[in-house]
Amino acid sequence: MRKYVPKDNVQGKAYYTDRFWVAPRVPRSEVEDAHFSAVVEALGDLAKESYVEIGQLVVHIDASNNVAALKTLKEKCGYTQCSEQSAVDYLAQDGEFELFYQLLNVTEAKRVRVVCRITEGEAIESVTSLFKSANFAEREMFDMFGIKVNNHPFLKRIIMPDDWEGHPLLKTYPLHGDEFASWYEVDKIFGKEYRDIIGPENRDPAHIDRYDTKRFARIGYEVPFGTDISEGEEEQAIEYSDTFLVDYNKKASKTLDKRR
Amino acid sequence: MQVSNKLTPFFENLNFERDDNTMVINFGPQHPSAHGQLRLVLELDGEQVVKAYPDIGYLHRGIEKMAENMTYNEFLPTTDRLDYIASTSNNYAYALAVEKLLGIEAPRRAQVIRTMLLELNRVISHLFFIATHALDVGAMSVFLYAFREREFAMDLMEDYCGARLTHSSVRIGGVPLDLPEGWLENMAAFCDKVDYEVEHTYEALLTENRIWKMRLEDVGVISAEDALSWGCTGPMLRGSGVKYDIRKEEPYELYSELDFDIPVSDRCDSYGRYRMYMEEMKQSTRIIRQLIPMYAETEPQLMAHAPQYISAPKEEIMTQNYALMQHFVLVTQGMRPPKGEVYVPTESPKGELGFYIKSEGEPYAYRLKCRAPSFFHTGLLQELLVGTYIADVVTIIGTTNIVFGEVDR
Repeated sequence: MRKYVPKDNVQGKAYYTDRFWVAPRVPRSEVEDAHFSAVVEALGDLAKESYVEIGQLVVHIDASNNVAALKTLKEKCGYTQCSEQSAVDYLAQDGEFELFYQLLNVTEAKRVRVVCRITEGEAIESVTSLFKSANFAEREMFDMFGIKVNNHPFLKRIIMPDDWEGHPLLKTYPLHGDEFASWYEVDKIFGKEYRDIIGPENRDPAHIDRYDTKRFARIGYEVPFGTDISEGEEEQAIEYSDTFLVDYNKKASKTLDKRR
Repeated sequence: MQVSNKLTPFFENLNFERDDNTMVINFGPQHPSAHGQLRLVLELDGEQVVKAYPDIGYLHRGIEKMAENMTYNEFLPTTDRLDYIASTSNNYAYALAVEKLLGIEAPRRAQVIRTMLLELNRVISHLFFIATHALDVGAMSVFLYAFREREFAMDLMEDYCGARLTHSSVRIGGVPLDLPEGWLENMAAFCDKVDYEVEHTYEALLTENRIWKMRLEDVGVISAEDALSWGCTGPMLRGSGVKYDIRKEEPYELYSELDFDIPVSDRCDSYGRYRMYMEEMKQSTRIIRQLIPMYAETEPQLMAHAPQYISAPKEEIMTQNYALMQHFVLVTQGMRPPKGEVYVPTESPKGELGFYIKSEGEPYAYRLKCRAPSFFHTGLLQELLVGTYIADVVTIIGTTNIVFGEVDR
């Protein structure tokens, strides 16, 4: 039977799986550091869960509290920079996106990651009023995942073209693009009716379509694909591309009688 | 309304003639001063910028998507294509993030080599910065001198790893090669050369040059608060008086053992940032000079010993059956790091280059986010350019030192 391929996650998968293999987890430790304890205390009820993972505090909050939590962190705990903000697609498993805000305290040299989850189709409040860096970061998140951001000053696609369909970092989006992606230029420049005339894009950089170069016995005397040469073929000059420097066609070369 | 098909020129529906006497111009994406593929839509009132809209994405290759479809080791050469001016710093940032996830540490010799390569890349990147920045502003000769020295630096990289731009000179768990013979002597000579040239050529040509000062002083002023809010890092942040260098504050590799200073400028303008770049080059050579004697004291091991994740050295693979089996499994299936998430910041020449990796215990990263400094510095342009003159736009783009490989990813 053919192997079942899930449609909700079309990204690279391990070919070999061991059903007895249980992946270990990176150790998470209790919040013991004095600074991090103060941060968790300042957040109070906003923090649902907090632990330290690889030297950084991770705080889980409710998505609706994101501005309040980040405001507390910025104004009370000195986290004045939002280094990064993005999402992780867990739609296949839980029907949710996991959003994270990576914050930096410049005076203490400490980092906190604020994590929250939203369901598919739910919007998140923008934090651009607190951190201007979120302007571009949230636009990128919208572009890549389709997560709407409320009250963003200019929520528009940032990396992909404005008229793009689909959100490339979703797990349902294949690496080589979907049908819209493969016909994007043709549809835009010529129109849909030209799809048949132009044909699909060829991504093989070594592709040669003029002569059958795989008939190795006839190197230098190539014929177009499908030509019947059982009865011998007509004499015809071969047109090599201009970048092809070696001329194997001896007939075209000129032999000099004496040295010039 | 323009018809946007049948190969007619397409201007993205911009109105070039407007009623309010402002003019909209399209800067890039093929403009030579746009540092690659930056398209800026500028609204001008006379010569003054009223509104700036940076449009990016012309170099988007989906590197984060590719990371989800490649094993951890496969992805490493792809990181070369982020900040292609200083590839090793990307390789290193990625390798360090995976190492933190795996909980392994590179052996001492690898650390010495990596730190040296990182600083060499910083010099390469800063030389490129001064060359292109001066060229944008109009000082042609600096470009020629700086590219001469950069060529020597790239020769050193080539001697080490065989590549000039896309180095891939760092591996997860160490470095692939030991230093070739005579490399350290060449490196020491290069440090002397750079120190001499920085002081006697670039600084002599530019620092007190009154055209250079007129073009750079009080251009592109960012307050410390704005710099933090916009996510500025590296020289852009330190140029606004915030002394934050990840090498000092959150030391990685050998930086905690090395003696170096962090230049800071409180001028907040392009000139201050230029002075800082020059000083950083001197500090980099200072670091490399300290590393050269450290190399001789190290053991010859180059890759961390972690058989579950990292292949054994070639001699062992060729002689021991079990090492060969491990190697085969790691090459065909890829390493499987533990479940967990990690964000590791490093100080790349452009600023804070961090990799966020979410692992679900599979050989493919579940999510990889590359926090590129240039991305946020490009975002800053929409505010920084407003109110400046069109002639200063190029200076400001130059001073942000953005590289589009990592903006678009």
